[in-house]
Amino acid sequence: MKRRFITFSRIISTGAVNFIRNAWLAMAAIAVMVVTLTIVLFSLIANATFNNTIQQITSKIDISVWLKDSVTDSQRDKLMNDIKQLPNVMSVSYSSKAEVLQKYIQDNSGNASLLAAVSQTDNPLPATIRIKPRDLNKLNDIKTYLSKPEVAALQSDQPSYSGDRKEAIDKITHATNILQRAGIIAVLVFAIISVLIIFNTIQMAIFNRRDELTIMRLLGASTWYIRGPFVVESIIYGIFSALVSIGLIHSMFIAAHSTLQASSLGLLDINYSGQYFRTHFWLLLLLQLGVGILIGAASSVVATRRYLKFKTKK
Amino acid sequence: MVWMILLDRVTKKYGRVATPALDRISLHVEPKEFVIVVGQSGAGKSTLLKLLTREERQTSGKIIVGGIDYDKLKDRDIPLLRRKIGVVFQDFKLLPNRTVFENVAFALEVVGMGNREINHTVPKVLDIVNLKGKEKRMPMELSGGERQRVAIARAIVRQPKILIADEPTGNLDPKHAWDVIAVLEKINRYGTTVLLTTHNQEIVNKLKRRVVTIEHGQIVSDRARASYNVI
Repeated sequence: MKRRFITFSRIISTGAVNFIRNAWLAMAAIAVMVVTLTIVLFSLIANATFNNTIQQITSKIDISVWLKDSVTDSQRDKLMNDIKQLPNVMSVSYSSKAEVLQKYIQDNSGNASLLAAVSQTDNPLPATIRIKPRDLNKLNDIKTYLSKPEVAALQSDQPSYSGDRKEAIDKITHATNILQRAGIIAVLVFAIISVLIIFNTIQMAIFNRRDELTIMRLLGASTWYIRGPFVVESIIYGIFSALVSIGLIHSMFIAAHSTLQASSLGLLDINYSGQYFRTHFWLLLLLQLGVGILIGAASSVVATRRYLKFKTKK
Repeated sequence: MVWMILLDRVTKKYGRVATPALDRISLHVEPKEFVIVVGQSGAGKSTLLKLLTREERQTSGKIIVGGIDYDKLKDRDIPLLRRKIGVVFQDFKLLPNRTVFENVAFALEVVGMGNREINHTVPKVLDIVNLKGKEKRMPMELSGGERQRVAIARAIVRQPKILIADEPTGNLDPKHAWDVIAVLEKINRYGTTVLLTTHNQEIVNKLKRRVVTIEHGQIVSDRARASYNVI
């Protein structure tokens, strides 16, 4: 038991000492890990930002149902209740004729002739039910419900999900689906590339010291006594890289905030990215640490294996 | 008779090379014996030593060292075997990133010895090989002879049952060479079986120990208290 403890603490301290003694090699390995981890982190944040933008676009899409003036309050309540029961409906709201008119006047406050036309006649605008769907891909069941004869009879016009508007909604839905998938693929691709690069870097670092491994082997050191310090060293690489990478992204957001007055670059909403980074800071840090440590440890285990094998060939 | 080293018709072939490096050699070494193995380079001396440390596996034949049959040795027990054998390698094989002290201490760390005991043992052994005061040097900063002595210190610090020394005087001037031989004789007196390979005729003749001569992978002579003449 005591021997085990001595051996364990020796493995840890040897790893730490090796890290310091091989400072240059460590710097090179850490630099590579920082770059790759940063790219992964960046693509992760970009993906989240992107999803946010998509969500903002889709949340603006709703379906308007225009009611005939003859519809009674109880008919309206029943209709709204029925719509609420549909699985794909997130929320339903109602605006009376007066409210719709007021909104219309507000929206067109610059256009005097339009306002004059509205005020001279009776309120021509219909009372409106707005439906926010959960999933834009599944609007058909809402549409089927709205086009039932007894429901259609209550409406002064076709619901807004029809004609040109329908085409536009479908196009947005299609585009956002592709973009979301592209984002996930990009994150995955960057992650895989990073793993390979980090793996290769650690393998090179261990290749440089293969003589050391074989000497230890000849002196009767056990597999884990030799491998342990390398694993510890790689874990230290991982920790340093994760911290530097997080720090780098953090200072990048600070710099972007103070120098770039624009709040977005094309589809990338920088304000949201910064906010996402701040609110998910600990999670992202943990993720970076986890990835760095795991890849570091796994790479060194695999990379040391070939130098620790005993000859089995006769 | 319990042999310390027993080789029975051992053959070693490397890959597809037609002539074997060792060809059916048999050798018995008693405990506490001092054996000198001589032979020209390429005769098979190094192969013999590599088989004993289980760096290589014999193609056929039987090897039993200190009661351990190498055919029955599991991979995970090879480190345990190596801890019982001290080896002075021809090319020293010192750990380049560690000081003299740490190189010698490593052999003890491997077996899980505590720091206090290590700090007590290593200076003693460094004193035996005349390296007092150089504990903190790195191998790069030492002369060939000094590195040789670090290698010897590391090999004897665990007080092994068997010490294998591969040309330990090869890089030394006569005075230092005799210092090294004196160390080997000393630990042999304490009870360690010593297997020494050398080219040095003078040393062989003065030691008057058992001499095993290997030529073309075969033992051509094995004589007690022998001398050695380069033909």
